[in-house]
Order: sequence, then C-alpha cells, then structure tokens
Amino acid sequence: MGRLGEVWADYRWRKRRQRLLLRALRKRHEIRPVIDRTDAIRPGDVLAFLTLRNEAHRLPFFLQHYRALGVRHFLAVDNASDDGGDGVLAAQPDVSLWRTQASYRASRFGMDWLQGLLMRHGHGHWCLTVDADELLIYPHHDSRPLPALTDWLEAQGEAAFGALMLDLYPKGPLDTATHHPGQDPTEVLGWYDSGNYTITLKPDLGALWIQGGPRSRQFFAQTPQRGPTLTKVPLVKWHWRYAWLNSTHSLLPRGLNRIHDADGGEKPSGVLLHTKFLPGIGDKSTEEKSRRQHFGAPGEFDAYYDALAAAPDLWHPASTPWRGWRQLEAQGLMSRGGWG
Amino acid sequence: MSARLGFIMLVHTALDRAAQVARFVAQAGSPLVIHVDARVPEAARKTLAESLADLPDVRFCPRHRGEWGTWSLVAAMQSASTLLLAQFPRVERVYAMSGACLPLRPVADLAAWLDRHPDTDFIESVNVADVNWTKGGLSEERFTLWFPFAFKRRKWLFDRAVDLQRLLGVRRDIPDQIVPHIGSQWWCLTRRTLDAILTDPMRPHYDRYFRRVWIPDESYFQSLVRLHARRIESRTPTLGKFDHQGRPHVFYDDHLQLLRRSECFMARKIWPGAGRLYEHFLTPREAGSDAEPQPSRIDRHFARATAQRVRGRAGLYMASRFPGKNRENGKTAEPYSVFQGFAEVFQDFEGWLAAVAACRVHGHLFAPHKAEFAGREKVFTGGLSDSASLRDYNPRAFLTNLLWSTRGERQCFQFGPGDTQGAGFDLLWFMATDSNAQISLISGAWAVPLYRSGGDFAKLRREAARLQRIEMQMIEILQSPWVRARIRIWTMAEFLENPAEPLQTLFDEIAPHAQARLMRIPDLVDLTGFGSFLQELRNQGMQPVLMGDFPQGPVSPDPQHRMK
Repeated sequence: MGRLGEVWADYRWRKRRQRLLLRALRKRHEIRPVIDRTDAIRPGDVLAFLTLRNEAHRLPFFLQHYRALGVRHFLAVDNASDDGGDGVLAAQPDVSLWRTQASYRASRFGMDWLQGLLMRHGHGHWCLTVDADELLIYPHHDSRPLPALTDWLEAQGEAAFGALMLDLYPKGPLDTATHHPGQDPTEVLGWYDSGNYTITLKPDLGALWIQGGPRSRQFFAQTPQRGPTLTKVPLVKWHWRYAWLNSTHSLLPRGLNRIHDADGGEKPSGVLLHTKFLPGIGDKSTEEKSRRQHFGAPGEFDAYYDALAAAPDLWHPASTPWRGWRQLEAQGLMSRGGWG
Repeated sequence: MSARLGFIMLVHTALDRAAQVARFVAQAGSPLVIHVDARVPEAARKTLAESLADLPDVRFCPRHRGEWGTWSLVAAMQSASTLLLAQFPRVERVYAMSGACLPLRPVADLAAWLDRHPDTDFIESVNVADVNWTKGGLSEERFTLWFPFAFKRRKWLFDRAVDLQRLLGVRRDIPDQIVPHIGSQWWCLTRRTLDAILTDPMRPHYDRYFRRVWIPDESYFQSLVRLHARRIESRTPTLGKFDHQGRPHVFYDDHLQLLRRSECFMARKIWPGAGRLYEHFLTPREAGSDAEPQPSRIDRHFARATAQRVRGRAGLYMASRFPGKNRENGKTAEPYSVFQGFAEVFQDFEGWLAAVAACRVHGHLFAPHKAEFAGREKVFTGGLSDSASLRDYNPRAFLTNLLWSTRGERQCFQFGPGDTQGAGFDLLWFMATDSNAQISLISGAWAVPLYRSGGDFAKLRREAARLQRIEMQMIEILQSPWVRARIRIWTMAEFLENPAEPLQTLFDEIAPHAQARLMRIPDLVDLTGFGSFLQELRNQGMQPVLMGDFPQGPVSPDPQHRMK
C-alpha cells in the first residue's frame, strides 16, 4: 500500500499542478502590458515578480532594496491601483508592467497572473515572488548580493530558498507612526516578536506550516488555527513546469517545499520583513473588508479587519527591537546553514 | 627570485577574474601556463588570450575538455606542467592553481617561503587506507572499480555500475609500485619531483590505470609523488576548506579581514563577484614579510558553519530546521525543572525557589485557564502569550519556544494532573524523553488544594478521582524505559517525613555552583485535617492511593524547621 499510495499521491499532485498551469494560461489575457522591457533580461539574471494594488508609498524603498540585492528586472502586475503607483513603476528602466482590472480573488490572489509571467519569463532564472510589503533579507545580505546566494545554493543542489515572514510593528497605536516614501520601513516599524512561532509539518505536501507572531497573539488568540501562515518560499530557480499552490507559501512539485532539514541540521534560510503595518493599514483594512478580495471565506475575517482598523498597539515589553540580520540569526529566525 | 616559481592555472569560468590573477602573478616575474577548458567558447578564450598578450611569460597549453571526477583534469595539469617545465628552464617550483584562486600575499613572499623549505614537495597526500573524510562514500573503491559513467551527468548509471561491480566482486589490479594516496589537487612541487613523474618510463602504464580511477585529479600526483619525492610536506599550500558534502567553501567580501590575517599565500575559491577581495589582494604591495601561514582561524570559521548545517542548534525549531522525532540533537535548548506537587504542599513555593536559586520560576505554565508566567506577565520573552488557547494549539512548541528564548537562564515551572497534557500526554512524553528536563513529582499532592477548597464533597470526590487517574498515567510514563529526563518521584507521605533532604538535592542540581546550604525551607501549608479528608474520600467509595501511607492524625513536621 505504501508504495502504491505514493504513486497515487504523485499522480494526483501532478494533475493538480497541470490544472494550475492551465488555469494560468487561461488567465494570461486578463493582464494587459503597460510596458514590456523583458528583452533586457539576460541569462542568469535574478528576477522579481509581484502583484500590487495601491502601494505607491512602498515602491521607492522596495525597488531600492531589491536593486541593492542584485535583482536585475522586476515583472509587476498592477491590480487597478488608483494612487499613481503604476506610473512610478512604468517609469523605471528595469521594470516591465502589466495592468488588470480583473478580480484579485478569482486569480488566486494574483498568483495566476504571476504564474503566467513566470512560465514565460522565469524559466531558468532564480525568481523572487514577493509582495510589495515584503523585503527579503538573508544571512550576509549586506555584503553578499542575491547572485552570490543563488550561485551557492545551486552548487549545493538546492532549487528553492525558504523564509519566515516576520511581521514588523511600531511602538504605539498603528496609526500614530509616520512614514515617507523611500524611507526604510524598519525605521518606523522597529519591533517584532522573536519567539512565539508554531510549526506543523504538512505530511502530504512535505511543507512546514508556520504560524504565530503579533497577529496570532493579538487577533487570533481564541482561534489560533486561523492565524496567518508565515511560511514562504520567496526564491526559486524557476522551471516553467513549477506552479504556486497556495499563495507563495507552497508550490509544486512537492519537493520544492523541502526548505528545512529534518535530521537536526539547519538549511540556509532568510526572513521576509513584512511591512504591512505601515501607516494607512487602518484604511486599507476597511477597504479590504468591503472588497472581500482576501484570503478565507468572506466574512470570516471581518473581526480581524475591524480590529486592525481600530489601530491597536501591538507592542509589549517583550517585543524585540530590530537590529539587523545577525540578531535574527542568533534568535533562530533565519540561518546561514553552511554558508559561512 | 619569483622567476624560479612557476604557476599552472586551470580555468573554465569567470575568465575575467582569472586574467586579473594571471596578470598579478606574471607581473611579479613568475611564468604562468594557463589551461583553458575546451568547453569555454572560442570567443571567450580569445578575449582572455588578448587581454594577456602583453605578458611574454604567460603561455597557453593544449586544451582538454574538463569533466568533474574524470581524467581530463589530470591531463590538463600534465599538459600545463610539461609546457611550463620545457619553456621555462629556470623554474624550480611549480604551483598548481585554479582560476578561482586568489593570491593573498605578494608572489615574492611565497617564493621566499618556498626557498626556506628546499627540496620539499607541498602536496596533501594521505594513504587511502587511513582516510575517513572522502565524500560520496567511495574511498578505496575509487582505485579498484571501473568508472565508465560521469558522476554528475549520469548519476544513476554511475551508482548502478558501482552496485553491479560490488555484486560481482570486481577488483582492478593496482599497479605494483602504486600505493593509493589522495588529497587536494592544488599542490606545489619541485621541478625534480614533477619532472620525475612526467618522464617516468612507467608513465604510460600508470596513466592507463589512473584514467579509470574515480576523481584521479585527487590521486594521480598524490600517489605518484610517493615514488619520487625526497621530502613530502603533506598539506596543501592553498587555503581552502571543504564542507560536509565535499564542496569547497566560497570566500566573499566579508571574509576580507579573515583572509588578511590568515597570512596564507593563496585562497580558493573566491566568488567572482567579490570585487573588494580582488581589489584588495591584487593591489601591488611591498613584499618582505616572512610570517607563517595561520589558517586555523578560517578553519574554525567554516567548521562552525558546517556544524550549524549538519547538527544545527539544539532546541531550535524554525523554517529551515525542523527535526523529526529523535533526530533533534537535543530536544530543548537548555536544562529546566518541572515541579509537580511542590506548590501544593508548600506555601509560596514559587517565591521561595526564586529567592534561593538564581532562576526564573513560573507558576503552572500549563494551567487550564492561562499560562502562569513568572510575575504573571501577559506576554513573556519572545512574545509568548499567556492565552491558554494559543498555548494549547501547540503545547510542545510553547515549551521549546520558551526554553529557546530564555537561553542562559534556567526555567522552573509547576506542573500537575490538572494541567494541559496535550493529545496522548504528548507534552509529558516530550519532557520525559528530554535529557534537559528535571522532573520532580510529589504524588497525591493535588489533593491538598481540593481539601483546602472545601465545598460540595461529591464534586470534590469526582475531581479527586479524575486527577488521581491522570497522575497514575503520568507516573507510568515517567517510569517507562524510554525516559531520558532526571526524574524523582515521592509519595506525599514519604516527602513530608523529611522535606529538607530532597529539596537540598534538587537545589544542588538547579544551582550547582551556589555553595550555600539551604538556610530555610519553605513553610508547609496547614495540613491539619488532611488525613480525615482522605478518609472521607475513602468513605465515599474513592480510593486515594498516590499519597502513600498518610497518617490519620497528621504529624506535620515543624513548619519552622530549620536546617542544621
């Protein structure tokens, strides 16, 4: 049974992956190119893929951060922004931009659109798939750019690089902080939870399910199973056959989710700094609640959006001040693995 | 002086970096022969050759198609060495390097250092019978099997071919004179030794044999040098460490200080993008330092990284480390103490323990209504919430998180049959099989709060029966053969006979360096009437057994009892 069950599981996952790819192909017409500079992509370039909506004030630092890490081209899908962010993007020499008015939710939260772009442009490249409020850092990121990491991962025989999504928050009510475009968000969101994460292994997928952090602590104390998923696989050596399964938390084929070591050792991993709680989160939550475009059954998370709109204070005396990657590594939130 | 030191350099990628290094070496006056891998496109090779055209002592040798683990790399080294020895008769030492090597000190310093070791061949050469560090599972079999398939491109065939030969008992003959030795392929040999290897009348015979050895570039020169050398210094002159899978560690810009202080002459391999390293080390500097190479600091740096990759940090559960059962290398981060029944029989046991031992003392961390952190904090170190539902979502993670976040400070907490146990006593099983745990249990003590609470006796009786049932199961777990924790169990009657002694033992374990004897033990709660309470439980048909032989009229020890 064991062997046969494995074969059957493999078959079902393959079918699932093929369905996801077909779905992406069907939806590729939902996005219209605003400006396509993908001719500039060279073999070996690290690429970044993102979907966004009204993130204009995050974009300057986002682009600066990833350019400094060595991302050579950004492929962005703008989902009906009305804050001018699309104009900012289209003006960048290393950005290709698509635009759509279609439903974010019906596109599996933008993944179908990105899936199509990844299939066309990502094959053979190390590809970052991130949101505009996610900044990837990893051990030595201040002295070793992404190509150093990807060269090394490739020599190690790795095709994916995992990360914990770490919610950053300010001290005091969420609406009292100020942030100007281009400012490093860690200057405003200077705190995080260092050690309240729970991990469960999803045996069918081989992926870890990490939850916890300030949102679980503050908003989901009574319903921890609904706490946000913090597992991320932001960096993958893409193959056109790969498919995102559940946002950027997990993908197929299943082996790519094996970003952890199960024999006691530590694989290399990073942290996605989550800048969700920058000022404006209250209005955004109210809008999300009414648009009903987000994760979970509609209505299920209304209380969460209400709580966010009320600008709570996530800070407490046990919060940890942000001090850079060395502290994150010492606290076991990321690891250099063998990358000394 | 540098003219007597020649280099051979094998390049296949990052040709621009190789050119920089070649120029640095050649400008110091050392001849250099470059082998460009045959897979390198002609245009790239031409660019390289043109960029070095102004240097008369840089030559290019016939090209071979390099494939990892195969003879081609030896052939390349032979060609390059032959050309170097033939065209530069003044060369007395030959240094083998790759395009990813970087000289860390002036070439003249290396030449002077070699002159201080005349007639010595620097080559790592270890008898294959004595090594245990070969990666990939093959050591002696590298020399006695056939390897018709490329390891990297035809892994499956490679493995099957090995399996088949093992099955058939295939064993190639090793040429008579040869004793297989292996070691790093980056060496520095004297002209005399290298010439003897290359012109040995038996060379065609040896070459034929080594063509079919696996990874001959790590064994050809390393074995043959044993036939010809006068004095072998068995170490590689190039700084370069390998990880647990046999892959070389890579140097980046942030290694600059480490490399500088190592005083080594050559390092590999360098990431081609490490601009600061190339800029710093290829800037011409004054030669003349006779410092000895000190690779040990760098060795330690990489050994730590490898240990983190292979064994990880004990007690850490994270996105890239999630050990399976019994693969943890330490289930928790640090030693901790679990007390069951102590807070029930002593007044303010928590406060007393916190005062006498330098450790963090919590209440019932797994109490049903909330986690009783020390000081009853709402949110504890690391952001742990006192919410019972968050904690019970994953009690084991709650414990491992707490112990990880408080490393450096011993944690003590109260536990009991009324607390969250996890599915199937998951939590207790975890602690009982954890060598960091110290679990001390006074059985039956859960009855004391019941007795003191008063109220509806039928309800008390039901609760007593429930707690006794749970504690019996707990004791069974603590007495199982799989236990690795330090476990002590007393019945309540036993314990109360002389509480000072067990307390002293526990105290010594918790605070081994505190020399002091316990000056005072905590006051016992008032147990007058407890014996009658137990009798009443019996009268109501319940059988309280875990307290031991508790006397009807309790002879409580003097509450003001003082240690001698």
